[in-house]
Amino acid sequence: MTLPPFERFYEEHREEIFGFLVRRLGRDRAEDAFQETFLRALRAYPKLRHGEHLRAWAYTIAGRIAIDEHRRPRPDADLPELASLDGRPAFAQLEHLADELPPTERAAVVLRYGYDLDYAEIGAALGSNASAARQAASAGIRRLRRKEHQ
Amino acid sequence: MNTVSPELDRRFREAAADERLLDAAYDLVDTPIGKLLVATTQRGLCRISYDAEPDREVEQLAKTFGVRVLRSAKPIDAARRELDEYFDGKRRAFDLPVDVASLAEFNRRVLEELARVPYGDVVTYGELAARAERPRAARAVGTVMNRNPLPIVLPCHRVIGANGKLVGYAGGLGRKETLLRLEGAIL
Repeated sequence: MTLPPFERFYEEHREEIFGFLVRRLGRDRAEDAFQETFLRALRAYPKLRHGEHLRAWAYTIAGRIAIDEHRRPRPDADLPELASLDGRPAFAQLEHLADELPPTERAAVVLRYGYDLDYAEIGAALGSNASAARQAASAGIRRLRRKEHQ
Repeated sequence: MNTVSPELDRRFREAAADERLLDAAYDLVDTPIGKLLVATTQRGLCRISYDAEPDREVEQLAKTFGVRVLRSAKPIDAARRELDEYFDGKRRAFDLPVDVASLAEFNRRVLEELARVPYGDVVTYGELAARAERPRAARAVGTVMNRNPLPIVLPCHRVIGANGKLVGYAGGLGRKETLLRLEGAIL
């Protein structure tokens, strides 16, 4: 699939990405994060080689920005820390580990365990549904375990 | 509601242009001869379309200039203003930079000559061919006019048949007539 013009990518994904950011950050902070997400996507866009997995890609950028936003000091609330083993955020470790997985499994694993999305959100990101997302994530984890034992 | 507000949408589209991240920006411009789709690159105006189907136009812009095509009002503001002034009869020449780098050399040369045809004047296809140093290429000049990416600003409406007939116009003969009337070239 060839890469669509950015206008189409933006039109197709802006509402659900904004919804995701609102759930993560609340309406006010979601607005800045939204702009940052799509500016970052725009900077990276010409480097994409094809138009597949664009939705998962958009969620990955938005997830990363939501995490950065969480870390920024905020006067009015305490936010739970994201799971981390050695001080690095979970998504950074996972992205590296999951590099060799097939794209759908990789996206499912990273979005589930790195960004803590629920399966309905991951299903939406992958253009499938919650149960397919659950299957992809567990297939990915099994594959990672097998690799670990090799 | 968790939907993107028009204000947020506008802010993103403006920021994308301000940070110079776009290969081409476009917007729709209302004029007395209909809605025009107007597009610009960093170098200058690159497209004016009559009766545009935005989806197809956007695909075409992406193919020609790069995938980072976005609707954004601000980069088109200067063109919008000059077109408004032109249709109000307050402007006789456009000061907008144009980007015709993607066109074939012959087309560029003909369009450069075309740009020198003044407001209120007309020229025949044959004369324009002669000015572009291809005196026998009247028909090829007709094709260049038909594919002119920047009608109005590059005034292909000022090119008429040797017999004085208007002949043809990619936007329709009615529009050609309206433009020539506006400029006082015909009564």
